[in-house]
Amino acid sequence: MKDFFTKKKKYATVPSAKARQDVPEGIVRKCPKCKKIMYVKELQKHLFVCQSCGYHYPIGAHDRAVMLFDQDSYVEFDKDMVSLNPLQFPNYMNKLESDRKKTKLNEAVWTGKGRIEGFECAVAIMDKGFRMGSMGSVVGEKITRMIEYADKNALPVLIFSASGGARMQEGVLSLMQMAKTSAALKAFSENAGLYISIMTHPTTGGVSASFASLGDYNFAEPGALIGFAGRRIIEQTIGEELPDDFQTAEFLLKHGQLDQVIPRSELRNVLRQVLSIHSEGGAEEWDRN
Amino acid sequence: MGPELDFEKPILELQGKISELKQFMDEKGIDLSDELNHLQERLAALEKETYGSMTPWERVRIARKLDRPTTLDYIPLLFTDFVECHGDRLYGDDPAIVAGIAKFHGYPVTIIGEQRGRDTKENIMRNFGSPHPEGYRKALRLMKQADKFHRPIITFIDTKGAFPGKTAEERGQSEAIARNLFEMSWLSVPVICVVIGEGASGGALAIGVGNQILMLENSWYSVISPEGAAALLWKDAGKAEEAAKTMKITGFDLKKLGIIDKLIPEVLGGAHHDPEKQAQLIDHAIIESLKELSRLSADQVRNQRLAKYRAVGNYDTVQEKQPNHSIFSYSSDGQ
Repeated sequence: MKDFFTKKKKYATVPSAKARQDVPEGIVRKCPKCKKIMYVKELQKHLFVCQSCGYHYPIGAHDRAVMLFDQDSYVEFDKDMVSLNPLQFPNYMNKLESDRKKTKLNEAVWTGKGRIEGFECAVAIMDKGFRMGSMGSVVGEKITRMIEYADKNALPVLIFSASGGARMQEGVLSLMQMAKTSAALKAFSENAGLYISIMTHPTTGGVSASFASLGDYNFAEPGALIGFAGRRIIEQTIGEELPDDFQTAEFLLKHGQLDQVIPRSELRNVLRQVLSIHSEGGAEEWDRN
Repeated sequence: MGPELDFEKPILELQGKISELKQFMDEKGIDLSDELNHLQERLAALEKETYGSMTPWERVRIARKLDRPTTLDYIPLLFTDFVECHGDRLYGDDPAIVAGIAKFHGYPVTIIGEQRGRDTKENIMRNFGSPHPEGYRKALRLMKQADKFHRPIITFIDTKGAFPGKTAEERGQSEAIARNLFEMSWLSVPVICVVIGEGASGGALAIGVGNQILMLENSWYSVISPEGAAALLWKDAGKAEEAAKTMKITGFDLKKLGIIDKLIPEVLGGAHHDPEKQAQLIDHAIIESLKELSRLSADQVRNQRLAKYRAVGNYDTVQEKQPNHSIFSYSSDGQ
C-alpha cells in the first residue's frame, strides 16, 4: 500500500518537462481523472466540469459565486474581517498574507447574500485555495454572522463547504468555531430557518463534523471527498485497504449520509425546486383553498 | 503505579534513599532522624520544584498515564446510585462512552464520560477511549432525557479523539459529532464538562458544549493531539514536545485564552497519586459550578451557553475608509 501512495504522488507532482510544455499554465488544463486536455475558456463555459469524464474541478469562491447567483444579484458581507494570531503561532501571519495575495480573498470563506433563480438567500462559499479552506476564528465568525443575518431577515441559508477542517494555527479557538457555527444553526433551525448544505471537494475534519453535516438537506458534488478522518490515518489505524470510493460523495450517499449527489450543471435547478417548495405554505394552506 | 516518567526519576531515587535509610535505622537501631528529616525536606522541595514547573509535554505524559483515574474511577467517588444506561437505540452500544444517571450530593444528575481502558485488555474492549458514532448518539440520547427531566448533565472528557476508522465513517462519525454540537447548544439544563485527561478535537467537543468547562491541571484540550499537530505542521510527529508548547493545550493556557472557566488543582504529582483526594477537588469544583448555574432559569441556562460559544474567536475588522477599499492594504498582523 505504501508503494501505491509514493508512486501516485510522484506521478502527480513531478510532471516531466515535456508534460509541462504540453500543458501551458492558464490556457488549457489536463483532467486529473481522464487526462483529457481542455481549454480553460471551454471548461469555464461548462462550469469547470470535464466534458469527457464528468470530473468536477474544484473551484474557488469567486467562480462559484458567479455560477450560483442570478447575474449581479449578490453582495458580500464582512469583507474586512481578518485573522489575528491568538496563539502567537510562528509564521502564521506570513502564511495568511501570502494566501491573501494568491486567492484575492481575505479568508477561507466568502459570505454574502444574493438571488438564486429569483430566491434571495444568505450564502457562505468556502475556498480551499486559502489555507486549505480551514476554519479559524474568521471563518467561524463570518459563517455565524451570515446565519444570524438570515435568521433576522428570514432568508434560507446555503453553505458550500470546501475545507480540510479546523485550522491548526488557531488551536482550540478553531475547535470552538465548530460549536459556535453549529449553535448558530440550531437557533436558526428553531426559528424554522431552511439550511441547505452543499459539500464540495474536500469536506473533512472539523467542517464535516460541524455545519456541513447539519443541513435540512445535505447535498454533495460528484466525486467530492467527504469524511471525518484522513484516509491515511484510517489505513494506519485499521491496517486494511479501503475501497476506492471510500469517503466519496457516492460512498456517503450509499451509507445514508446525503440526500443527493448533484452534478454542478443541475445544481441551480435542484436549488430552485427546493427553494420554491420552501417558499410556499405547508399543511395549513389546504384549509384555505 | 505505572512506570515513572523520566522527569520524575530524581524524585523516585530520593524516595528510594529515604526508605533505605529508614530500613537501616530499623535494622541497626541507630537514630539518624536528623539525616532522615534532611532528606525528607529535600524530597518535599524537589517534588514542589518538579511538579510545580512541569512543561506542557510533561503534563501530556501525566494525562496519558495508564494508572490515571478515568471516568469509571471517579463515578463511585463522586456519585451514588449510579445506573448505567447502554445503547443508542439505532445501532449498538459503545463501551468508549459510559453514560447513566446518578445522585450527586443527593440530587439527580446525568453523567456522560469517555472511558479508556485501565489495562490492555480493557483498552481493547473500550477501543482505547475513542468513540464511534453510536457512542455520541448514546450520549445525545441521555442528554435529551436529562433535558426532559430537568437534570443537570456532567460530562467527563478523556479521549485521544473520535475513532478514525472505516466503520465509524460508514456510520457517520461527522454527523454524530455535528449533531451533538447542534443539540447540546440548545439544552435547557446546566451542562458541566470536566476534562480529566486528554481532550482531542471533535471527539472531545462532541460531549463538551457546556455552560462551564473545567479542566484538571494535568490534562490537555486542543484541536489536535501534539503528535498530530507536529505531523501536520512540520511533517515530523517527533516534534510533539514542541507542538505541545506551541499549540497552547494545557488548562493554564486555555484559562488564559478564556476558553475554560475553571482550572481544577491536582494532587502533587498528578491525580493518580491520590484518586480519593482528587475526586474531592473535582467535587468542590462541580458543586461551585452547579451553585452558580442554579440561579439561572431554563432560558437563561441556554442563553448563557449560547453566548459563551458565540463570543469565542480572535479576529479584527477594519472599518472601510473608502468604497472599494481593499483588504490587501491591511498590515499583515491585522493591527
